[in-house]
Amino acid sequence: MFDLTVEDYSLWGETGVVLQVGRYRIQVSTEIPSVSRHLSELYAKDCFDKVDGNIDFHVSLKASKGFRRWFRKQVVFTFDGYTPFLPLPFNQAPALFEWGLNWCIANHSHQYLVVHAAAIEKNGVTIIFPGTPGSGKSTLCASLVCSGWRLLSDEMALISVDTGMVHALARPISLKNESIHIIKHFFPENAMGEVVNDTAKGSVSHLRPPDESVINVLLPAKPTHVIFPKYMKGSETLLKKTRKGRALLKVAENCFNYNVLGDKGFELLSQTIDRCKCYEFNYEKLEEALIVMDGLD
Amino acid sequence: MLNSPLIVFLKSQNNQEMATDYLDWELLIRQARRANLLSRVAVILKQSSQYESLNENFKKHLKSAFLASEANRRSVKWEVIKIHELLHNKNISFCLLKGAAYSEMDGDASKGRIFSDIDILVRKNDLFETEKTLVLNGWFSSYLDVYKERYYREWMHELPPLRHIKRGTELDVHHAILPPTSRLKPRVSDLWASAISIPNKPGLFVLSPLDMVLHSATHLFHEGEFVNGLRDISDLDLLLKEYVLKGGKWQSLVFRAEELNLGRPLFYSLRYTSILLNTPIPESIIRSVDQFAPPGLMLQLMDALFLRALMPDHSSCNDRWTGLARWLLYVRSHWLRMPMHLLIPHLLRKSWMRLIGKKTY
Repeated sequence: MFDLTVEDYSLWGETGVVLQVGRYRIQVSTEIPSVSRHLSELYAKDCFDKVDGNIDFHVSLKASKGFRRWFRKQVVFTFDGYTPFLPLPFNQAPALFEWGLNWCIANHSHQYLVVHAAAIEKNGVTIIFPGTPGSGKSTLCASLVCSGWRLLSDEMALISVDTGMVHALARPISLKNESIHIIKHFFPENAMGEVVNDTAKGSVSHLRPPDESVINVLLPAKPTHVIFPKYMKGSETLLKKTRKGRALLKVAENCFNYNVLGDKGFELLSQTIDRCKCYEFNYEKLEEALIVMDGLD
Repeated sequence: MLNSPLIVFLKSQNNQEMATDYLDWELLIRQARRANLLSRVAVILKQSSQYESLNENFKKHLKSAFLASEANRRSVKWEVIKIHELLHNKNISFCLLKGAAYSEMDGDASKGRIFSDIDILVRKNDLFETEKTLVLNGWFSSYLDVYKERYYREWMHELPPLRHIKRGTELDVHHAILPPTSRLKPRVSDLWASAISIPNKPGLFVLSPLDMVLHSATHLFHEGEFVNGLRDISDLDLLLKEYVLKGGKWQSLVFRAEELNLGRPLFYSLRYTSILLNTPIPESIIRSVDQFAPPGLMLQLMDALFLRALMPDHSSCNDRWTGLARWLLYVRSHWLRMPMHLLIPHLLRKSWMRLIGKKTY
């Protein structure tokens, strides 16, 4: 694992550290140890070493000023001098970094159709899991990624307007509440960040993606499957074909910038759906879910 | 500050011999993003040969900003159609102002422009009916506070901002272009008299091209906040070139400003567009608007303030005086808007509300 001592973090300070995330370079300036730790533990060595080119997003995480320095300490995320969110409690700093970066990418990437979805790839099979909250998309994605699938993205599938290919980000996977325990239980050898309790989304932690996924992050993938997962207690593992029109509408609902792209967005999405096999997938047992996904072609 | 890459880039549009090959594109994009000008930069570049030679890393941001502005433009056109449907049914004529007007005219100033809201002008005796019609059709006032409500209705030249309940678009309904209490008092009837009717949309107007320039100038130089200051300077640069320079209407512009009592804002806009962006304004016109200039010392002060506040609000463009300059111009905007006996209680109340933590003040 990438080795940084606590002393090194303080050197990051004002100019910060530059991270290569997919096709984006992010300059992070922070003096908050939990953020530096988060970056060094959950981002692969390549993200720091293979930085090539200009910076896309300059972000900073700082403790808020004034009396809030002592009383109920808070953390502020800024994007090049602009503050898109209200401050959060100080212990949520690592999660705020990830959410802030989601915001930067989702708002400045209209060269893609940005779908709120996880995306993974293995042997040419590329699955998009659009994410309605509570569907278990991240849990399923994390398990698959821990079992040999390549992580493209956990939060946002970026479908290129020019080529229809999915471009990868391979960022840490955000896990919430019970899924944190489930993934820890099934895949104890995979590194996970600290658990932050009491956020707006409950308890949150992040899973480090496999180094393989980060090394191959610049390889685009052609989407082949769109699968709507649904985690249900007591459910059979059931993969069921769904109508394409319905799939299209459901994915459109989960896009961040469908309205921005207008007719281009519609064309891109209908071509994508047309090419893909579309399923609904109910599951409870992860072991069975993995077998079903491995059987797709 | 005047050598910021964004300013140099915009300036080079008026100066063919200026080289832009060695610009710091990363910084340019950052500044343009903060100034709401990235999509305009994208449109300009897309029409030039320089675009193809640009690095892919920069192109992706330009492309993204361009697509966002296209979406913005579509949505404004749609809103104008919807508002026209509503008001035309009630026989209310209205005039599009600023961004929405530029886009209706498909002028140069509409290219790559980001609109945050739609501004319309109605006659004062249509105001009540206009508001009623809009509210009944989903345009709700976003402020519920009694003081603000009264502030707008008694002292302002517009209704409290309306927001469409489903689409979230903001709409400002004006009945004049400056508050009735302000020091300059252009007559609205003069604007209506020369407004231009849009073909096939009965009851829909835009200001005459010269008035459009003067309104843009008045709006900018009475503003208290300059988040879009450089964007507005760039609008003025484009409006001046398209509607004044092309038709050789410089002298008419000066006369019209005098007629409407808007000489001072015209003076400022010609001064700062030429200083910041090298807008090609004839020497004789610069001399003839000198009659509208503030006295010498005052002008030096205004230069010091405006040339700071009109920069992109980005750390690379600020000096130690930028914060003070922005604050002084904020106070000035209120001073221009209201006489002292109204202004002082208003500002005291505002600062008190801020002090007790009401962020929206």
